[in-house]
Amino acid sequence: MLRFIVRRVLGAVPVLLGLSIILFLFLRLLPGGGPAEAILGQHATPELVAQINHTQGFDQPLYVQYFAYLGRLLHGDLGSSVIDGRSVVDTFLVRFPGTIELTIGALIFAVGIGIPLGRLAARHPNSWIDGIVTVISLFGISIPVFVLGYSMAFVFSVELHWLPQVGQLDPRLDIPVVTNFSVIDAILSGNWHIVDALAHLILPSIALGSIPLAVITRITRAAVIDVSNEDYVRTARAKGLTDSRVNDRHIMRNAWLPVTTVIGLQVGQLLAGAVLTETVFTWNGVGSWVVKSIQDHDFIVVQSLILIFAVIFLTVNLIVDVGYAFLNPRIRYS
Amino acid sequence: MTASTAAVRTGASKRASRGLWHDAFSRLMRNKPALVGLGLIAFFVICAILAPVIAPYDPAPAGQTAFARHAPDLTHIMGTDKQGWDEYTRILYGARISLTVGVVAVLFGLIGGTLIGAIAGGAGGMVDSILMRVTDILLAVPGILLAIGIVAWLGQGQIQIMLAVGIAYSPMFARLLRGSLLALRESDYVMAARSMGASPRRILVRHMLPNALTPLIVQATLAAATAIIDVAGLGFLGLGPGDPRVAEWGEMLTDSKGFLQNAPWLIFFPGAAIVISAIGFNLLGDGLREALDPRLKR
Repeated sequence: MLRFIVRRVLGAVPVLLGLSIILFLFLRLLPGGGPAEAILGQHATPELVAQINHTQGFDQPLYVQYFAYLGRLLHGDLGSSVIDGRSVVDTFLVRFPGTIELTIGALIFAVGIGIPLGRLAARHPNSWIDGIVTVISLFGISIPVFVLGYSMAFVFSVELHWLPQVGQLDPRLDIPVVTNFSVIDAILSGNWHIVDALAHLILPSIALGSIPLAVITRITRAAVIDVSNEDYVRTARAKGLTDSRVNDRHIMRNAWLPVTTVIGLQVGQLLAGAVLTETVFTWNGVGSWVVKSIQDHDFIVVQSLILIFAVIFLTVNLIVDVGYAFLNPRIRYS
Repeated sequence: MTASTAAVRTGASKRASRGLWHDAFSRLMRNKPALVGLGLIAFFVICAILAPVIAPYDPAPAGQTAFARHAPDLTHIMGTDKQGWDEYTRILYGARISLTVGVVAVLFGLIGGTLIGAIAGGAGGMVDSILMRVTDILLAVPGILLAIGIVAWLGQGQIQIMLAVGIAYSPMFARLLRGSLLALRESDYVMAARSMGASPRRILVRHMLPNALTPLIVQATLAAATAIIDVAGLGFLGLGPGDPRVAEWGEMLTDSKGFLQNAPWLIFFPGAAIVISAIGFNLLGDGLREALDPRLKR
């Protein structure tokens, strides 16, 4: 098992190296002149361009620049924003907790509803119940997060005033920032402010979780139907075991394998989906930062964020693979 | 040749003449959800083609022609947007941009992915390893983020969006085709064909490609649904065609996001257009999967 993990980690190294080359060229070969011109946009003056070229090292040969870039990356230096001068790592540490909270919220929604729905549909295949579940999952994969987000915001925030529409916490509550996790900060401040933090999480979590919900529902349904047709399930029933025992001990135990894999793979997709969801709900996370940086032409930040997302994505995939090998003794990676 | 082998031969060729595609087509035509999907797509295609004929107004008239954010009524059945432009007209014209950009993006991805996959799966060895590492790199960046990065690099415009989404989708197709080709190379019927003396070319074209292509066709149809959503997503993030006069569903949504309270129809109609067209491609894709691989049908 350890060898498998080491091999997978080593396998990610060439991928990240390749990506670092592409991202390096992304910044250096921006259309419209050099990188300094692209970053400065309309504000480009020959003096400013020369200054940025010098401070960022854009005036050196490409290979020198690349190795300098790689050296900085290995030291954990992801560069700084040209807009506010703050280092990417610092801002990332402030914004990432918001994205983690949103991802967890969406996962709880998608798993908490998707698995029961999938099991329900599988228990009554081709019935009207199955039909309704199929329609729900069809909607889930067909509705963009921004359409669902705005529609829910209109109904539950604008019309009904049940839930807040933007942000992570009510600014009037004046909750001190300790961990940057709004829910934890709210708990630390006491006074039941956690209710406010959770209320802010509901709509974004549902919007972001709609696609994973649909995927998890479909996979659960298919997996449960698959396993239900296995010989050992028929044997278990023939032995006279109760329905619930067959369901829990024989069907679900085996159906969990594909379901957990898909849940793991959805985590990476959730991080990408956060880009849109955070923009809809003015959520202070990494996703809305990507969009803001692109609008600001802050390409150093964009470059670093794509790399960070890839590292997270690869890490999550690795954890999924290792978890799968743990869960399924029939598959041992050699 | 004995009489019995001749009979077997004619029997086999009779079955073959009905063909995989013929069988699949008749199965598809019996699949009601797939027909609904086909109908929805046909509806939007007709809207797109006939937009200049059926649209009551100009999609982007010069100067203000009506009240901005006018609620839906008989003169403007879907209301007007912040420029006072007719929303219904722009939804019809938007079908042209949004569907074309989405479908062409998938075609770009399909062509790129098929080339990479066929070369990798066909050549094997070193070429295969290098090409697969390249797809690994592309797959390491989650889809929409890769497309966003490429548009940020290429600049805004319809061609740029098609390329960005196409590049983001190509590794998926490459992997799929390569995987099928590798699996088929070892399959019994390919081995049988080989042992009967069929040429490698004939094996590839007659035996392997038809079977390797079916998952690609299914995946491309389903990808059209996500591509329409992703293209709208890019428009929504302000990375759309870049010209406010061009009607694009995602960009229409962005334009209206400040007016949720006063003009919710500006969210509702473009949103519904995106959702319904995505549903169409998803239903058709699922139907195609069942039609092309009947073993999946439960």
